[in-house]
Amino acid sequence: MLFLYFCVFLFRCSFISSSLSRVWLVRPGPAAFFLPASRMSNVCANDHDDDLEGILSDFEDTQQGLEPQVQMEESEVEKIDEIPCTSNSSLEDHTRDHGFFGYVGIEAVLDQMRHKAMKTGFEFNVMVVGQSGLGKSTLMNTLFKSKVSRKSCTPDYEEKIHKTVHLQSVSHVIEEKGVKMKLTIIDTPGFGDQINNENCWDPIEKYINVQYEEYLKEELSINRKRRIPDTRVHCCVYFLPPSGHWLRPIDVEFMKRLGKIVNIVPVIAKADTLTIEERLEFRDRIKRDLEAYEISVYPQKEYDQDVEDQILNDKIREKIPFAVVGTDKEHQVNGNKILGRKTKWGIIEVENVAHCEFSDLRDLLIRSHLQDLKDITHNIHYETYRVRRLNEIKMNGIGLSPLMLVNSGSEKDDAGNHV
Amino acid sequence: MSQAEKLKQGQFTNPETPGYVGFANLPNQVHRKSVKKGFEFTLMVVGESGLGKSTLINSLFLTDLYPERIIPGAAEKIERTVQIEASTVEIEERGVKLRLTVVDTPGYGDAINSQDCFSTIIAYIDDQFERYLHDESGLNRRHIVDNRVHCCFYFISPLGHGLKPLDVQFMKAIHNKVNVVPVIAKADTLTLRERERLKRRILDEIDEHGIKIYHLPDAESDEDEDFKEQTRILKASIPFAVVGSNQQIEAKGKKVRGRLYPWGVVEVENPEHNDFLKLRTMLITHMQDLQEVTQDLHYENFRSERLKRGGRLSSHGYILPLSPATVVHMKTQHLS
Repeated sequence: MLFLYFCVFLFRCSFISSSLSRVWLVRPGPAAFFLPASRMSNVCANDHDDDLEGILSDFEDTQQGLEPQVQMEESEVEKIDEIPCTSNSSLEDHTRDHGFFGYVGIEAVLDQMRHKAMKTGFEFNVMVVGQSGLGKSTLMNTLFKSKVSRKSCTPDYEEKIHKTVHLQSVSHVIEEKGVKMKLTIIDTPGFGDQINNENCWDPIEKYINVQYEEYLKEELSINRKRRIPDTRVHCCVYFLPPSGHWLRPIDVEFMKRLGKIVNIVPVIAKADTLTIEERLEFRDRIKRDLEAYEISVYPQKEYDQDVEDQILNDKIREKIPFAVVGTDKEHQVNGNKILGRKTKWGIIEVENVAHCEFSDLRDLLIRSHLQDLKDITHNIHYETYRVRRLNEIKMNGIGLSPLMLVNSGSEKDDAGNHV
Repeated sequence: MSQAEKLKQGQFTNPETPGYVGFANLPNQVHRKSVKKGFEFTLMVVGESGLGKSTLINSLFLTDLYPERIIPGAAEKIERTVQIEASTVEIEERGVKLRLTVVDTPGYGDAINSQDCFSTIIAYIDDQFERYLHDESGLNRRHIVDNRVHCCFYFISPLGHGLKPLDVQFMKAIHNKVNVVPVIAKADTLTLRERERLKRRILDEIDEHGIKIYHLPDAESDEDEDFKEQTRILKASIPFAVVGSNQQIEAKGKKVRGRLYPWGVVEVENPEHNDFLKLRTMLITHMQDLQEVTQDLHYENFRSERLKRGGRLSSHGYILPLSPATVVHMKTQHLS
């Protein structure tokens, strides 16, 4: 009896043995935001039915497909035809016994991974840089729909211009649908506010490098933690004032230097001062300036992994920099509560794509490219830093026990076949 | 991208739950990247010759890992030392790629004097750790291949009354280096009662000798009941008593994989006949966990030991631990 139940469970977990050969068509699973339709497999739709309501019909079909099979196995009556599997259970790589088709169930590994990922939670560190008064803190609050900026956190906050740039970071743990995220927002008051703004990017550069250093130290130590706490800056949102003209020298300097060590996402702040045409012109000029000065902003062309990514990212690159408006006030529009800024001449709806590009920014940062931001920080920026540091240590030959490099010059073939 | 656009319209212009930010989509992003990247898994099978190791591996992954098998005769076997043979196969299912490496150890337990047969195997496991450590400490870390042994199936002969001395010695030697999953081979030589008795005996002996086999993680409290039930059943069935076969037999009007005897057919995928399905479920469902335990526990142990020892690292350079002086220096150099 228990075994029968066990059977039922196994098959519900889409774990069909070879005796039930069926044509398993690969259905292009439901698409996530910003993703081309074919990417996600059916399995992942299972957990997030809330935010994928319109798309569940696809998955439901598959579910139906699974249920009758259970009955089949139990009654053992049906005659099974041998139908070859489609190309996706690809068997080209290895020889097989004749007429031997089946399904191993590797997807279950992905389920486990997702489950673990949800349990352990995520860390995300964002830095906001820009002159005072550009709406940085408000934008962060709007992005995460909670009071996460430093202004909301300090009890008696006063607006004043700081004499030097100093960085303040505020951390929160926010949770949504079972997914926990430790969000850290690093604010940079005092940037670009002085009369003489030379080298105002130095404290920021130093901060970012210090985070890399901390991570590197932990990674190199003998008894390192299982999960190294990640305080590295994953994304730096740079606020451009809506002058409507071109990039200022301070913008160019900052983005040039920091673009090499961190992912920069430039945004046009307080975009409600520009009309749509002015916005487009401004954006074109900024894009031209970025190219002329060879500034690399996220998503960087060189890190596109395959054609799909490239197509996706090209679309995003068209829209950079996003023209955003931030607010945390709600108003009634047509019976719905909408985030917006109310003026005498109308209400600027923040989440309306016709009004401003806040939604695009949010989708980029959070819904579709959050993991990508982290990956690029870890795999590229951090590695670049690490290589530089390890070379420095090696060349200086410090102290009592040098940490010398292994295999620093040798070639490694990509297959890396060690067996 | 019209479908995506349509979805976008549907998702964003309709009123969402107020306060919905959207990072709950993060696991999907991770999922997508993992699908692209694929998985690597290394499985080692250890056991005497003729226990059905190769057949079992073929059955597990529905492949033929050893197409041309030449079984050596007894005379050759006498002098044979343990060899390590690794074969890699890439399995793709529903777009998910798995690069599976199976490390076979022919010659284990074959020689008359089996005193030495596990030193080769342990050296192999250590070597894989060493290579990974080497790669991880190198400059170019983009393409690190993970060949560390994630799981070791140890095949126990069903003919004895429990563990043999060789079994005990071997498992004690590797339980700190790799996840050991004991498997009772050729379980169709046993009746159900004999099987239960053997399992209990083996578990007792494992306890007695302090062998640390791989323990399935308990299901979390918020998992659904099915999963919890499954985990409970799996835990209760260790060690798994399996039968492997790649031959298709006609039984009760349908084709099953099994072994045909005059007295009946042993079906490989019938849970009442043997634990093959459970073994496969355990392996697939816990593949991720096996990798994590290897990384977090066994590899970290190896690394700590290795760094403390210092010295030469496999004919290349040195890796020495960061002395406190170096750490201080790194700090001052950085902040100056």
